[in-house]
Amino acid sequence: MPHYLHAAPSTEIGPIHGEKDYFGEKPIPICVEGFSGEAGEVLKFDLYVQGFSIVTPDLAQFQLSGNNAGNVTGALTDKFARKALFSRTYTGASLRQQAHALADEVVHQVRNLKPIGNTKIAFKSQSASGNGEIYISDFDGYGAQPVTSDAAIVAKPAWVPGHLAMYYTSYARSNPDIYYHNLSTGQRRVIAGYSGLNTSAAVSPDGSRVAMILSKSGSPNVWVCNADGSNLKRLTTSTEDSSPCWSPDGQWICYATKFHERRRLAKIPAGGGAVQYLETTGAPNPTEPDWSPDGKWIAFTSQAGDFSVCVMPADGHFTPVVLVSGQNPSWSPNSRTLVYNHGPAGRQTVAVLDVFTKQTRDCHHAPGSNSEPAWTK
Amino acid sequence: MKLNKLVFPLVLALAAVMTTTACKHTSPSKVTVIPTHNAPTPMGDPIQPIPPTPPITPEAPPIVTDKPLGPGGGPTSDIDLTKYNQDPAALAAYTVHFKYDSAIVQDNEQANITSVAQALADQSLRLLIQGHCDERGTEEYNRSLGERRALALREALAKANIDPSHVKTISFGKDKPVDTAHTEEAWAKNRRGEFVLLRPKTPVQ
Repeated sequence: MPHYLHAAPSTEIGPIHGEKDYFGEKPIPICVEGFSGEAGEVLKFDLYVQGFSIVTPDLAQFQLSGNNAGNVTGALTDKFARKALFSRTYTGASLRQQAHALADEVVHQVRNLKPIGNTKIAFKSQSASGNGEIYISDFDGYGAQPVTSDAAIVAKPAWVPGHLAMYYTSYARSNPDIYYHNLSTGQRRVIAGYSGLNTSAAVSPDGSRVAMILSKSGSPNVWVCNADGSNLKRLTTSTEDSSPCWSPDGQWICYATKFHERRRLAKIPAGGGAVQYLETTGAPNPTEPDWSPDGKWIAFTSQAGDFSVCVMPADGHFTPVVLVSGQNPSWSPNSRTLVYNHGPAGRQTVAVLDVFTKQTRDCHHAPGSNSEPAWTK
Repeated sequence: MKLNKLVFPLVLALAAVMTTTACKHTSPSKVTVIPTHNAPTPMGDPIQPIPPTPPITPEAPPIVTDKPLGPGGGPTSDIDLTKYNQDPAALAAYTVHFKYDSAIVQDNEQANITSVAQALADQSLRLLIQGHCDERGTEEYNRSLGERRALALREALAKANIDPSHVKTISFGKDKPVDTAHTEEAWAKNRRGEFVLLRPKTPVQ
């Protein structure tokens, strides 16, 4: 007998209160002075998508001053508290990476978030033919490079947490197969190539298991196997399942399904067990769930005519918040910024969104239609 | 003025130090001067070298180690496409169309099912069903829906006495529309299952 989630205690940091405690947040005003060119762009981009607004000095609560003559150097001051917070110079790597590291330090000081400045995303690029390649880039889209050369339909890259390795779907062998690809060595192999559909790989937080959608039993269902494809077990028996994702504690798999004629999100214990259905009142036809690393939120796509990126508390404490037009949200390690895609059909762009202020910016665009982004964890 | 050449670097250094006053705004008199990066600071080592990112070799083409297709222990069939020639034209007239967000084979498609079943009377033939969607679902949802459409057609053929193990399914999601317009008419054309006849290749003598 399924039951609906009602304010079940969160296993994470603390209980979620009301929607207004989190959403509709005002951005933190900061002035950014002395930086030029790429370094300035990186700083302003990174701060904006982590919930800062770039303002003139008279409106600023914080001040980041410095320069990028040679190396990036910056100092942060809390103007209200009249306190110098840090002064840093960065060396090595590239100018962009130095500027990202400086932004990380600002965000760490002010918001105490996990750094995202030098993290990466993977995504698919697709041409008009339907064929494409898997790309990786900096989280802002810079430095994009293909990691496949399949000239085939590709889909749904999924990072192995903490590793330069991923899973994805490719039709390189004229069938949707799931590959494991080690980006350090360039080696890859098929870990799920059963007859029918093999797609939507999702890696467990400890990297030891993979959930996926296989149709080998006669309907698309959620299956789980070891990272190498062995020990494959079927998890769901409903007939219309898609897009599994893991809870950050590895205990649950959340996925899209149908129940009583309505499309829903559901969750099931990762080792098997009773399905629980999630209510997404106000956000119909939910798909593509992604669970935030801090365990508090599930982001997903709602489809009601257009696509919307929505976020709901994982414990169902209040109904989903509709954020922006777009699809396929993927959380960054900081549990407030996510990446998604939006735009006209066939001409999608990847963008990043600060969930609590709704501030969003397009990433640098790679050739083709860019979609299905996945943020490293 | 001659003095500028000596004074200028000093001014720069002072400017770096007096960063609290770098903005055009009078600062309060009790603001602490931020130390330069040469001075020790209680806030930790100010020089932050960035660790190098692990090397990625995207130019090296991926090395595919062929893993055999799974045992296909379930109802999906294990047809090896390399042993067949594909004939998409033979059954092109019998493409079945679906309602929005549905994998139910409509009653008015029964004639198409019957025609395909009749074409498979020759027991050496096999069939590939390609399931497609319109653009209005997400990519992964549609990949699953396309497969459901292909499986539904296989089930309809099973009711017409076609051996399900002779029928292979593949989903193309929304990746291969026949009409790329963003209209109801185009979408209706794209929600389809296409039948590809598989003729066994003549074995090499």
